[in-house]
Amino acid sequence: MDPVVRLRAAVCLLDRFPALAGVDLEVDAGEVVLLRGPNGAGKTTLLRALAGLVPVVAGEATVLGHDLRRSPRAVRREVGLLGHGSGLYEDLTVLDNARFWARAAGRGPADAEAALARLGLTGRLLAVPVGRLSAGQRRRAALAAVAARRPALWLLDEPHAGLDAAGRDLLDGLVRDAAAGGATVLLASHELERAGALAGRTVLVAGGQALPDPAGRGSDRRAEAAGVA
Amino acid sequence: MTSVRGTAVSLALGVAALVSLAATVGLGLSLPTTVEQDDYSRLIAIHPGLAWASYVAFGVTALASLAWLWPGTRSRTADLVAGASAEAGVVFTALTLLTGSIWGRPTWGTWWVWDARLTLSALMLALYLGYLALRRVPADPDTRARRAAVAALLAVLVVPLNHFAVEWWRTLHQGRSLQQLDPGRSLDGIFIGAMLLGFLAMSLVYAWFVVTRLRTLRLESELEDVALDLALTERRAEAVEALKA
Amino acid sequence: MWRDALLVAGKDLRVEARSRVATNQVLPFAVLVLVLFAFALEPDRGVLRTAAAGLFWVAVLLATVLAVSRSAALESGDGGRDALRLSGLDPAGVFLGKAGAVAVQLVALELVLGVGVVVLYDLEPAGLGTLAVTALVATLGLAAAGTLYGALASGLRVRETLLPLLLLPVVAPVLLAATRASEAALGTGVVGIDAGEWVGLLAAFAVVYLAAGVIAFGPLLEEG
Repeated sequence: MDPVVRLRAAVCLLDRFPALAGVDLEVDAGEVVLLRGPNGAGKTTLLRALAGLVPVVAGEATVLGHDLRRSPRAVRREVGLLGHGSGLYEDLTVLDNARFWARAAGRGPADAEAALARLGLTGRLLAVPVGRLSAGQRRRAALAAVAARRPALWLLDEPHAGLDAAGRDLLDGLVRDAAAGGATVLLASHELERAGALAGRTVLVAGGQALPDPAGRGSDRRAEAAGVA
Repeated sequence: MTSVRGTAVSLALGVAALVSLAATVGLGLSLPTTVEQDDYSRLIAIHPGLAWASYVAFGVTALASLAWLWPGTRSRTADLVAGASAEAGVVFTALTLLTGSIWGRPTWGTWWVWDARLTLSALMLALYLGYLALRRVPADPDTRARRAAVAALLAVLVVPLNHFAVEWWRTLHQGRSLQQLDPGRSLDGIFIGAMLLGFLAMSLVYAWFVVTRLRTLRLESELEDVALDLALTERRAEAVEALKA
Repeated sequence: MWRDALLVAGKDLRVEARSRVATNQVLPFAVLVLVLFAFALEPDRGVLRTAAAGLFWVAVLLATVLAVSRSAALESGDGGRDALRLSGLDPAGVFLGKAGAVAVQLVALELVLGVGVVVLYDLEPAGLGTLAVTALVATLGLAAAGTLYGALASGLRVRETLLPLLLLPVVAPVLLAATRASEAALGTGVVGIDAGEWVGLLAAFAVVYLAAGVIAFGPLLEEG
């Protein structure tokens, strides 16, 4: 089976700065991979590049069968990216937002409502404009918008940030269900305990490159196969 | 590597431009004065030429922008040419307005004449300035180039619309017009000759300007490439640091 | 594309319904402009009445800059640009939807302003059919060009000052043509104007910028 993500010496520039300076990465379907690394290492750029948002200027990059160098836009419909911003309209309610983004991705309002319920956003909360939500609630709403798309590849950038304990549990459940359903999940996080428990393996991102994690947990099949760990 | 000193072509171009410009001015000054316009009729030597050059500059900017947007011909040179041409265009348009104003003043008694051509030039100046402002905005080079290219093409789209609008508008008013000062009707060949020489001279000056400016912009761009290689090396060094930590 | 356009137009109008920026800010601003003109020009000598059509359209133009700026700002919020790119929406549809929403808001504004001009400038309404057609066609062009330039200037730190500089020279022919056509309808302009030709020019402008927007909006959205 072809890997869902395949990068070889991929380089991405942000305004002349090489945010990704030659990344090698392979991820198979159904995997949950944790990206960890210091601030400024390139984790966010890596996730955005995989979503087809940042152009790859050198090397090879294939995601879900699409060549990112040639047609980065083709991959977008099939991925779900949760970035630092919420990607929601502040003036619209939670429900309106979820419905809009679900319909934009070709899903129905039922998907939107199911995703909202899954993230504990029900009842009165649905009619509140996003601008008036707390940071944690906003994160949940943003997650719901991503979940409603039912993407094949989930790209989560520090998803736990801002969530309370209940929210974090809901998120973990969401990730597990997604992976169980055949989707692939990459998450960047500083929450090594919690995310580490979710993930099948860890990748260290530093200096714009991806390396098998030397301090990672035992179940790093890839590293073992390469005789590194 | 682009040479700092300039190529033989640009040198030849510069000399040709200088010579033809001098000839134009000389011929212009030696033109006989007309009864109606006195000395100012001599402006025919340079005013139409300036206007012509400003249109050429505009056209080149649009073509270069098109070349940049088309993936097959996209290159940094195309973007730089668009910018250099626009800078030249601003100068020529401003001079067109200035000479137009000077030309009209003695005959009409005012510094500005709302005639079709001048008004169109004024609008073009505004469009150019907006375009140049867009080029200077802080953003990454690719974004800037793309936006500027689109802006240039949109500006070109509006020129014919503007042209018709202003033409129709001004013919309604039967008012003063620089076109009425034009020789086309009855003047001697010497005036036409001066005008054509002016066209030639201005075209050469424009070409020389663009070529020279392009060289400067290319050098800047090469400098940025060197800086990028340096940045790549430093970035990768961070990884080594992180692993040690 | 049309499905996406309707979806986006509905979304933009829904945002407006909630936030009421156009009704609470842009409309009063436009009326204020009309009033300021009265301060600047002599209200008693009929100058206002003669110039009414032009002043009306200048006010509309300024309001367009605000409306379009707001429309573009909606998508610049907290990760909005990425969300739009990722959404799966056809960029041409997004353009048409946003332009459509702006057009609807402008038409509503023009209705109110029209009443304002009649009242404030002591104008005799006439040729309403021509005026309506002129306004509709002109508005389409303004909304299209405005949405396109809004995208061109979006995400850049100097958007507020750049947008008027870019947009106003471009819509100058709309001002010209719309004013002439309106004057012909009202009978306040130079004798002998044929409104039909001017409306034709407005239509050409609208077609050109709608087409340009459909083509260029996608590439502009990219590489933020």
